[in-house]
Amino acid sequence: MKRFSISALSCTFALAMLALTGCKKDVVVAAPPTVSLEFEQTVGADQLVLDTKTYNTLAGDQFRVSIFRQYISNIIFTKTDGSTYAVPDSYYLLDAAKPDNQHITLTGVPEGDYKGLTFTIGVDSLHNVSGTQKGALDVSNNMFWTWNSGYIFTKLEGSSPQSRTTALTFHVGGFKTPYNAVRTVSPAFPAGTTLLVRAGHTPEIHLNQDLLKMFSGPNTIRFGGTGSMIEIMSAGANAVQVANNYAAGMFTVEHIHAN
Amino acid sequence: MRRPLVASLACGLAGLLLAGCGLSDVVAPDASVPGTTLPANFPAPVYALDANPPTPAAFALGRSLFYDPRLSRDGSVSCGSCHQQFVAFANADHRLSHGVNNRLGTRNAPALQNLRWKPDFFWDGGPKNIETLPLAPLTNPLEMDETLPRVLAKLNADPGYARRFAAVYGPGPIDSYQFLRALAQFTAALTSASSRYDKVVRGEGNAVLTAGEMRGRVLVAQKCASCHATDLFTDESFRNNGLSTSFGADSGRAHITGRTTDVGRFKVPSLRNVALTPPYMHDGRFATLLQVLAHYDHGVVASPTLDAALRPAGGPLGIPLTSTEQADIIAFLQTLTDDSFIHDARLAEQP
Repeated sequence: MKRFSISALSCTFALAMLALTGCKKDVVVAAPPTVSLEFEQTVGADQLVLDTKTYNTLAGDQFRVSIFRQYISNIIFTKTDGSTYAVPDSYYLLDAAKPDNQHITLTGVPEGDYKGLTFTIGVDSLHNVSGTQKGALDVSNNMFWTWNSGYIFTKLEGSSPQSRTTALTFHVGGFKTPYNAVRTVSPAFPAGTTLLVRAGHTPEIHLNQDLLKMFSGPNTIRFGGTGSMIEIMSAGANAVQVANNYAAGMFTVEHIHAN
Repeated sequence: MRRPLVASLACGLAGLLLAGCGLSDVVAPDASVPGTTLPANFPAPVYALDANPPTPAAFALGRSLFYDPRLSRDGSVSCGSCHQQFVAFANADHRLSHGVNNRLGTRNAPALQNLRWKPDFFWDGGPKNIETLPLAPLTNPLEMDETLPRVLAKLNADPGYARRFAAVYGPGPIDSYQFLRALAQFTAALTSASSRYDKVVRGEGNAVLTAGEMRGRVLVAQKCASCHATDLFTDESFRNNGLSTSFGADSGRAHITGRTTDVGRFKVPSLRNVALTPPYMHDGRFATLLQVLAHYDHGVVASPTLDAALRPAGGPLGIPLTSTEQADIIAFLQTLTDDSFIHDARLAEQP
C-alpha cells in the first residue's frame, strides 16, 4: 500500500507538472509577457571573435579564444518592493559558437516592476549530482567531468604565445568545499532603470559578458613566467581564483529595452 | 477504494500525456524486474525505485547495453568484460582492469552489487550518481576509450536498438538521457541479498549458521563492523587501511578532493560475495582472504592519514586476529556468498 501511494503521488505530481508545463504543441498562450536576456561576449572593449582575433589581458599577455562556454542558472528577478521571483528550472549554456544560445527568453515572469536580476554562474551543487539530465545539462554538451562528477561551469580554450605549450585550457568547475566555484551575481541595472513586465510586452535585458574579467580582478592570471596559469582541468584552488575573478564583474547590464 | 481509483486515473492520464511528450519511462515499478523488491534487512536506498521505475523493456535494454562491446572504441570491451556475473560482477583473476588494446587500468575492478544503495562510486568516490557513472569507464582511454557522441551514433545506426529505445522512451533519436537511464535500469537491478546469512537474518526457510560461522559473525561485528557496517557490510566511507606509507602510486580519495587529509583513503568495499571477488584491495595486491586478514593482523603500515580504527591506543597497528579467529571470520564471510545472484539468468548476457 505504501509503495502504491508513493507511485500514485509521483504520478499525480507528474500530472501536475504536465498541467503546468504541458506539451509545446498543445499550449495556446494568451500573450503573456516575456523577458529576454541578451548576452554579448566581449574582451574588454572589443567584441569576441573566435579563433582569429588576438586580445591582450590587462597584465599584457596575448591570447586567442577558440571555445567559450558558460552555464547561467537559477535566475531570480527582484521587484521594487523587494519580493522575488525565481525562474523555475532555469539552466542555460551560453556558447560563443552558437549565436542562438546568447538569447534566453523567459515566460512566466509575473507582471510587475523589477529593480534587479540575480543568477548563478555555473550549476548548483544539487544538479551536479542529479544523474542524467536534459537540455542545457545534457552530458552530451561536453561540459561534464566524468571521472569526478560535476559540470564544467566555464570553459575557455585558446592559445597564447606566452603559454609554454602555446595552449590555454581553462575548465572551471567544482561545487564542494573548499573548492566551491559556484558563484551568484547580481549585475546592477543602469541607474534609474526599472524592468517593467506587462502583458503584451517583451522587454529585453542586454548584458555584457567580458572575458577579460576571467584573468583580472581579485587575482591577476598570467600565461607565462613564474606563477603562470595556462590549464585548469578540475576543481581546485586555481578554478576558485578564476571564479572569484569573473564573479567580480564579468557581467554588466548595458541597457534594458522596454519593448 | 476511492483513493486508488483517483490515483490510477491520475496515473493513466499522466501516462497518456507523458507518452505524448515522449517521456513514457515514467511508470510504476514492475516487480518482475530483478532488484525491484528492496531487502528488509537493508537501509533505505540512495537511488529510489521511483527515480527510474524498473520496467521489463527498459531493464532488458540496459542489460543489452551492459553486455555490448560496441560501447568501446574498437568493439572489444563491454561493461561485462570486467564485471563478470560469476564473481558478483567483479573481474576474476585480474589485479587491474584491462581495457581496449589490452591497456592496463590503474585499479582493481570492484564487484557491482547493491549499487542502488551507494552515494558515490569507484575506489575514490569520483562519480556521484549511478546514471552518470558509466561515462567514466566509457571515456577513460585505459578502459573503453570511446566518446558519448560515437556511442549514440552506433546505437542509432542499429535498427534493433532504435526500435527498442523508441518503445520505451518514445520516438526520436536515442539520446544521452535515454542511454544512461536504460543502463541504470540494469546496474540498479544488481541487488545481492539472498546469501545464507540474509536468510538467517530474515528468518527465511531453515537456514542456519554453523558454530564456526556464528563465531565469525560475532568477530566481524566486533572487529570489522566499524567500517563494514550494516547489512550492506560497508559504511561507504573512505579510509586508509595501512597499505602504504606514501601512496605515491595512487592517492585515492585525495585524487578527487585535492585534500592532503584524504591521501591514501579508499572506499570501504562491501563484504558481500567477498569470497568470490579476489584479488583484494584497490590495487588487487592480495590474492586470498587469508592474506587480507594477515594484513590487518600484522601488515598495517603507518602514514599520516591511517585510520584511527587501525591505531589502537598502546597496541601495535592493525587488528590482532589469532589464526582461529581468522578461520572463523573466513567461514562467516563464505555465508555472504549469494548463489542466486551469480546464477540469476535474468542478469546474464542473453544469447
